[in-house]
Amino acid sequence: MTDRNPYLELKRISKRYGGIAALSEVDFSVYAGEIQAVLGENGAGKSTLIKIASGVTDPTEGEVLIEGRPVRFRNPTEAMRAGVVCVFQELSLLPELTVADNLSIVDPPKWGGMIDAGAQRDRARALLKRVGCEDVHPLELVRDLPLSRRQMVEIAKALGRDPRILILDEATSALTADDVERVYAIIRELKASGVGILYVSHRMREIEALADTATVFRNGRRIETFRKGDRSVDAIIEMMIGREVTHQYPDKPAPRPDAPVALKAANLSWGREIQDVSFDLKRGEIVGLGGLDGQGQRELLLGLFGVLKGVSGSIAVDGKPIALNGPRKAMRAPLPMALIPEDRKTEGLMLPMSVRDNMTLAALPRLLGRFGIDSDKENAAVNGMLERLRVKTPDLDAPVSALSGGNQQKVVLAKWLMTAPGIILLNDPTRGIDVGTKQEIYRLMRELANQGAAILFYSTDYAELIGCCDRVLVIYDGRIRRELAGEALNERNLLQSALNIDGAEKAA
Amino acid sequence: MSGGTMSNGRYWIAHNAGVLTAVVLFAVMFTLYVSNHSAGLTPAVATTAANKAVLLALVAMAQTLPVLTRGLDLSVGMVFVMTNCIASAIVVGSVGEGLLGVVAVLAIGALAGFVNGAIVVWGRLQPIITTLATGAVYYGIALFIRPSPGGDVQSDIADLLTGQLFGTVPAALVVLLGVVLVIWIPYRRSVLGRAAYAVGSNEQAAYMSGVPVQRAKLLAYTLAGLLAAVGGLMLTFNTYSGEASAPIAGAYTLNSIAAVVIGGTSLFGGWGSAIGSIFGAFVLRTIEDLLFVFDLPPLWQPLFQGVVLLVAVSLGAFRILRVRNRLELFT
Repeated sequence: MTDRNPYLELKRISKRYGGIAALSEVDFSVYAGEIQAVLGENGAGKSTLIKIASGVTDPTEGEVLIEGRPVRFRNPTEAMRAGVVCVFQELSLLPELTVADNLSIVDPPKWGGMIDAGAQRDRARALLKRVGCEDVHPLELVRDLPLSRRQMVEIAKALGRDPRILILDEATSALTADDVERVYAIIRELKASGVGILYVSHRMREIEALADTATVFRNGRRIETFRKGDRSVDAIIEMMIGREVTHQYPDKPAPRPDAPVALKAANLSWGREIQDVSFDLKRGEIVGLGGLDGQGQRELLLGLFGVLKGVSGSIAVDGKPIALNGPRKAMRAPLPMALIPEDRKTEGLMLPMSVRDNMTLAALPRLLGRFGIDSDKENAAVNGMLERLRVKTPDLDAPVSALSGGNQQKVVLAKWLMTAPGIILLNDPTRGIDVGTKQEIYRLMRELANQGAAILFYSTDYAELIGCCDRVLVIYDGRIRRELAGEALNERNLLQSALNIDGAEKAA
Repeated sequence: MSGGTMSNGRYWIAHNAGVLTAVVLFAVMFTLYVSNHSAGLTPAVATTAANKAVLLALVAMAQTLPVLTRGLDLSVGMVFVMTNCIASAIVVGSVGEGLLGVVAVLAIGALAGFVNGAIVVWGRLQPIITTLATGAVYYGIALFIRPSPGGDVQSDIADLLTGQLFGTVPAALVVLLGVVLVIWIPYRRSVLGRAAYAVGSNEQAAYMSGVPVQRAKLLAYTLAGLLAAVGGLMLTFNTYSGEASAPIAGAYTLNSIAAVVIGGTSLFGGWGSAIGSIFGAFVLRTIEDLLFVFDLPPLWQPLFQGVVLLVAVSLGAFRILRVRNRLELFT
């Protein structure tokens, strides 16, 4: 492959968000007619790489070259004109428009200066046929399509742009097995016609089936590029992990199998995202939810907190079955529940409101005096929390938006701790916050568990799961794939189960 | 072409359900009105009704375009009144001079809309506050031109456009039809018109798909100004004069939003049509006429308009029953 030039080349690319490096001095190239897999853990820098290649963001440093010529994509349109087309993980379809409109969104066929609806329908039909979606009518609205069909429409849309480099970012995550086969066939066909394909997937088997070469990323750096077959699956996993555990975690107490069950979930199901999930959560226990990002962990937490409609199966809190139909109900369960949401800015905090108002929002019923909210009680509670969590804030009346990310997250925690929850659901609470705050959160979690709280903890950081949790449930495709505890709770097992290539499968 | 026209028709109905609802609602109300009118459906009755309804219909069409991009234009009523005042000053003299004045008024309306769009797009300000501010400016200009009501508009043009064609068809309706054919239909089928829907549907996805987001918004606000100016001209031709009336400006702005919603356009953007807004405007106007023929006090009009608006909005609320994740209720 060295005798010809790559179609797309990235030279010494770095990308920093604030002070955090998402990519550091990465050299990367894709050739025409090759299928290259991109591998790496959550946060290894894959998404940033794709965003730079497809013109969504600018690199902080470094150069992008197309056929040897340096280019600077100011927006996705320019990247598309240069032949780099991306099928995004978060769908880029327009829900209120028809399938035909979406497929020809940029360059629709025209007649006399106006969009030719008939020609556009025919084009849509041809593209849909190419991806084997004859069952989708061109005039259907995208919002009425199920997720798997939308993903196929997204692929059809990319094909309609005559890509020279096609980037598929987890493009098969919502597809049915039949569709996946069809996508494979399309990819091979494109490859034969000289299109270069960049394939991001967490599914090892897909990569084995498709890729010519693979590149492993870790912590924003390119670790190695190799031809398929040159490295064993074990070696690849080693490359993906490769880092040292640097965090300090509080000691874990000895397992207490006789502790009372705080939360019992049986056969929970919700669409594709949660499938027949059953588990027990005991008092004093921290149970982790592991697995790759987006396998249904978030939905599971939302479901337990009553946010999702139509969850089947049963939930019992402290031995009493409860029907969850909203956060308020969950907060009033026999053991009150609390959910620390994933996106503190949209679901956790009222950014313009003060630190005090944010902290007491969920616990106001406890702070009532004879005449509305008792400000003495409120201040006492808030000051207690500030001290306990070591929140750094200039003033109780400062808007939460003025605090650093770590301190904002502490305010979210404080808000829920004020409700004295017996069951705490944590949705990736340490994402994007500094190491010091992380360790305080670990310490706090263990402290709460020791005081009898039951904690369900989702994290995308494997080291954190290993360091903090008594047990970890690894989720894959909405199911509990494996439970890890004690000695078995290590990085290798976690990653293998997360990729769905552990023991049972390897033997088969 | 399997499935063919049959299923194309099914989708057409589904896509236009909001418009069709407004059409049916209007047909029922107007039939009720005409059948209870002492004179029945004479050309004179139809022309009077049309002249009033077309004004709001034009302003509602103007409002539709920004709403489709998930914006809002609170200045449409003020542009309407401003162009009315300007027209009363410059659409004068001979027919030729009057027509020149008409063109100038339309250009001024489009410019006012363009200013709105420019501030929204390049200034990145919220449409509501932008147009609230520019609306006040436009009203100020109107006051400056017509401190007190007056003017003497070119009456040949005025009579032609507010009378009847062939002694039967209200000319105002023909003007409205012309606006639909010359502005709305080409816009709806242009790339930038499509882009407006895309932006309203999901601005991020539109950007990611390479849709010209900024130009789409600019054009939407500019055309809104143009359409409001057409309305302002028609108002001038109806009254033969200009008046810088704050109540009229305010009422037309608010009623235009109501008409847009009754016509099945989503205030969340990306969904709807100016045709629906026209019928939404007709529905609102007919309420007034109905009160009249049933001898009900005109004081009841706001109450009835409110009820109709609530019913129309409720029809759009059925989606709540299908939401699986309760968080989606708040997006």
